[in-house]
Amino acid sequence: MLEIRNLHVQIEDKKILNGLNLTVHKGEVAAIMGPNGSGKSTLSYVIAGKEDYEVLDGEILLDGENILEMEADARAAAGVFLAFQYPLEIPGVATMTFLKAAMNAQRKARGEEELATTDFMKRVRAGAEKLGIPQDMLKRGLNVGFSGGEKKRMEILQMALLEPRFCILDETDSGLDIDALKVVSDGVNALRSPDRAFLVITHYQRLLNYIVPDTVHVMAHGKVVKSGGKELALELEANGYADYKTLAA
Amino acid sequence: MPAVQETVEQVRAIDVDQYKYGFETDVEMDVAPKGLNEDIVRLISSKKGEPAWMTEWRLDAFRRWQTMREPTWARVDYPAIDFNDIHYYAAPKNNPAPKSLDEVDPAILDTYKKLGIPLREQEILAGVQTSKVAVDAVFDSVSVVTTFKEELAKAGVIFCSISEAMREHPELVRKYLGTVVPVTDNFYATMNSAVFTDGSFVYVPKGVRCPMELSTYFRINEKNTGQFERTLIIADEGSYVSYLEGCTAPQRDENQLHAAVVELIALDDAEIKYSTVQNWYPGDSEGKGGIYNFVTKRGDCRGKNSKISWTQVETGSSITWKYPSCILRGDGSRGEFYSIAVSNGRQQVDSGTKMIHLGKNTTSRIIAKGISAGRSNSTYRGLVSAHRKATNARNFTNCDSLLIGNKCGAHTVPYIESKNATAVFEHEATTSKISEEQMFYCMQRGLSAEEATALIVNGFVKDVLQQLPMEFAVEAQKLISISLEGSVG
Amino acid sequence: MTDITPIRTPAESAILSRFPEVKASLPGTSAVATLREQAFGRFQETGLPHRRIEKWKYTDLRALMREAAPIAAVPTEADLAIAKALLAGLPDFGAANVTVVNGRFAPSLSDLGALPAGVSVVDLGEALGSGHPLVVERMGRAAAADDAALSLNAAFVAGGAILTVAPGTAVERPIALRFVTVGNASAVYPRALIEIGKGASVTLIETHLSADGVAHQANEVVEIFAGDATTVDHIRINAHGDAAVDVSSLGVVLGGEANLRTFNFVTNPAAARHQVFFRFAGEHSTATVSGASLLKGKRHADTTLFVDHAVENCASREMFAHVLDGQATGVFQGMILVRPEAQKTDGKMMSRAVLLSDDATMNNKPELEIYADDVACGHGATVGALDEDLLFYLRARGLPKAEAEALMLAAFVGEALESIGHDGVRETLEGLVEAWLKAR
Repeated sequence: MLEIRNLHVQIEDKKILNGLNLTVHKGEVAAIMGPNGSGKSTLSYVIAGKEDYEVLDGEILLDGENILEMEADARAAAGVFLAFQYPLEIPGVATMTFLKAAMNAQRKARGEEELATTDFMKRVRAGAEKLGIPQDMLKRGLNVGFSGGEKKRMEILQMALLEPRFCILDETDSGLDIDALKVVSDGVNALRSPDRAFLVITHYQRLLNYIVPDTVHVMAHGKVVKSGGKELALELEANGYADYKTLAA
Repeated sequence: MPAVQETVEQVRAIDVDQYKYGFETDVEMDVAPKGLNEDIVRLISSKKGEPAWMTEWRLDAFRRWQTMREPTWARVDYPAIDFNDIHYYAAPKNNPAPKSLDEVDPAILDTYKKLGIPLREQEILAGVQTSKVAVDAVFDSVSVVTTFKEELAKAGVIFCSISEAMREHPELVRKYLGTVVPVTDNFYATMNSAVFTDGSFVYVPKGVRCPMELSTYFRINEKNTGQFERTLIIADEGSYVSYLEGCTAPQRDENQLHAAVVELIALDDAEIKYSTVQNWYPGDSEGKGGIYNFVTKRGDCRGKNSKISWTQVETGSSITWKYPSCILRGDGSRGEFYSIAVSNGRQQVDSGTKMIHLGKNTTSRIIAKGISAGRSNSTYRGLVSAHRKATNARNFTNCDSLLIGNKCGAHTVPYIESKNATAVFEHEATTSKISEEQMFYCMQRGLSAEEATALIVNGFVKDVLQQLPMEFAVEAQKLISISLEGSVG
Repeated sequence: MTDITPIRTPAESAILSRFPEVKASLPGTSAVATLREQAFGRFQETGLPHRRIEKWKYTDLRALMREAAPIAAVPTEADLAIAKALLAGLPDFGAANVTVVNGRFAPSLSDLGALPAGVSVVDLGEALGSGHPLVVERMGRAAAADDAALSLNAAFVAGGAILTVAPGTAVERPIALRFVTVGNASAVYPRALIEIGKGASVTLIETHLSADGVAHQANEVVEIFAGDATTVDHIRINAHGDAAVDVSSLGVVLGGEANLRTFNFVTNPAAARHQVFFRFAGEHSTATVSGASLLKGKRHADTTLFVDHAVENCASREMFAHVLDGQATGVFQGMILVRPEAQKTDGKMMSRAVLLSDDATMNNKPELEIYADDVACGHGATVGALDEDLLFYLRARGLPKAEAEALMLAAFVGEALESIGHDGVRETLEGLVEAWLKAR
């Protein structure tokens, strides 16, 4: 589903990704692990299309189509979803308003009918209930005054409603206590399907106890330095990243 | 509000140089010669069939005006105005006084229809809207029609053109006119006092809650015409009224002058809510044409526990010079000012408010949101003052500016003056831009750059939009997005 | 407005007729003489600022200066002795002293022999006459606004000091610039030019001193040119007498990657106006402009700031505290200008005032003028009495009212004092605040 070939990326003259290669298949849950500064978050931003990053070389193919020339909103409509490590606050814009605007914009881009209000409300309520998001939170400004856990749950709700093909979870476990982690993981696991792929970015193995990956890739110095099955995560947990820091250097 | 999608479509449909209300109506007009002199003042007074005291009042204003100078302190820049190159009176030919809607020139009714103003009562009664709005429509210099008069009369509310009020209710006009904005208040107010041609008059008697929203739509149609309307609203003890004002003008290459005066008087326990959606023609993207909007609006909370609330959405005019203010004279009175000023192209806005705390336990609140785009400049200018006797006066002010693009300017000039130790004033102001992070977040969820901007801007102004009556809020939201068209990317 | 013939006040008339009389006796090369003429010409046009002049709206110099005091004469030995006695009352900061008496440099009261390495001091009066490079290249370039007070100083300046800190010098010992006015009520126009070389760091303590009961009229200008990567801590203590009218202007041009703090403290003069003209000339610099005014009786103190963000990536913090008792008036006018090219500017300005009496007045005018879009700027202003609830809480814990108030006020002013880098100076000012509160 997603294929990254020889990706070189820099920001403000600083090289972050150095010839990264990665393939994620349909239905697969791939985990990216790596020490701080290895370029994990950069990878997520570049896939989603953040402007500050300069792609020097390489390509990113989504079902065979190069998405690098597409704007962020076009990529979203094509099915790329990024669950942010630090979701943004948008004061004055009610969460409901935002959800509806986003859902309809994507539907429109795909040439689909807009959702009827009743249908929309039904979907949001059902999704919110599953994630334990109270109704009054949906009326408040998007992410404004939400706790870390609430923000992450809101990201997963958006993921559920927007029904993307390719989901990136950027450090979704950061700032979550164990209960919140479980709620969020359950939300993600419920979305696993043969047509959908996930890229789970995390520093710690902990999250992978809840969202069990099919493959694990280790990143260091801007590229994937080792790939393996889920047991690779446990190995990392035991030995740390020290080996990889030297390996890539 | 789910209007975002709709807003964006509106934006797409309309080019910045295609002001939606820029059409012109072809009506036969009665126009006074250009220029301002005593004869013109007398002519206006006689056209209106005014009593002698009113003619004198105008002449006195005119003589004082001749000794005054145009104010230069505002942060606006425009070529000198030739006050003798303006028609000070223009009226549709079949004037005076249509007795009913059927006597009004259909072309004018059609104009208001195009503007979306439901002039015909039956349309409203038959329509989907459940709330009723009584409308006074002012076309160039004269009021053409006022609706719902009978129903209002049942409640004792007087709502008519000010010309009519001068004939029918001279005692009220004489008692209150010029008591909030004195004849010599400022250059434009004094000019208005000399030449004002029409406007609305409202009197709400003691204890009456006005049964519907009152509304005036102002339209400048004739070329080289200035519009000088005068509005006087009196809320007697314990009464309540909500009043809406809308403004449009045709698209013209030359600048047109609008110098209005609005006076509000709230007696004991009375409340006046005054909302404006100002959408005068702003000129084209290069700054050609557009309305010079030099307006004096002031409310006097004369009675105890009275309240006056101003809400304005300013999207139009090439130059705006406007400071709706409250004199908090009565003990326990309250003043509010909620403002959204959107500027784009070459527009210049210098607007704000004054809250003058004179009485004890007076409170005021100011929320001003400025959005500058294109090559426009927007200034918030405000005064909050507590006089010696204003024990326990309270003010909270928040003015935020949002810049879109790096060729515009946003300025904040507040004056905060306190002479009372128990007064507490708090003021905060911020200037920022729409963050790239917020934009990316919205776009990652599938919104286009334009949609994302509209969404974030609507969030930015939400506190003020909430103050508007529902019908106006939706209209205002659309207007804001239309005004910002072409400012993204 | 030019077609209106201004009506001259007696003070204005006196100043206007004085310049032609004294200009020949003022020091300077022909170039300096030209500058004087030009400045005087500007003053002739504007006259003394009054409330119709927007920037002087709240401080009407025409009203404050009914008469123009005569220009101070060159100090005699007796004057210097009086000055020395006055100076002895100042707190000791262990500083190297540079002293100006009645508008002229006073070498006998300066520690010229004991200046720290890299620091040099020159008599400005002499420098005006000798065409000193700093006079030629720098004078009037930091405090460069079109302003009547600046014009008057430029026309009448008779002396002062030039202070330079060599590049790369870390000056440990503070430098104290002391301006003393003695004798009968007189007008003084001293100026100081300060150049701080690249990479240098220094603490400057500027004090203004005169005796109570004498209606001096002081108009001081201090210009600081701080180069790239400098660290400057500047503290100004206005200790003029209680009858003095003092107008001071501080001009700063700050280079890149530099950090400058300036603090103004005023309690005593009858009327004081402190204007700061601050310009960022290099990127990635930080400025902290702050101050405290504690006023009682009929005193009047005005702080007027103009912070010019002319380049990218700079941050400014302005924080002022005013405590107003009796019939005192406090004024704060602050302007942050962000020019179109000054992207990524971070500017925050705060003015807070406490009114302790029903006859006190506070006038605040914090302004933002912003032409760049990628900025985060804000200002806040509060005026009010002390928090009743907090006061009650303290009294419920057994503190008498005056003590509770003093405690809260000390904390209130303390917030502004925190921005002073030099511990000794900060502690001294904390002591002065405490003394002021006790004497209330």
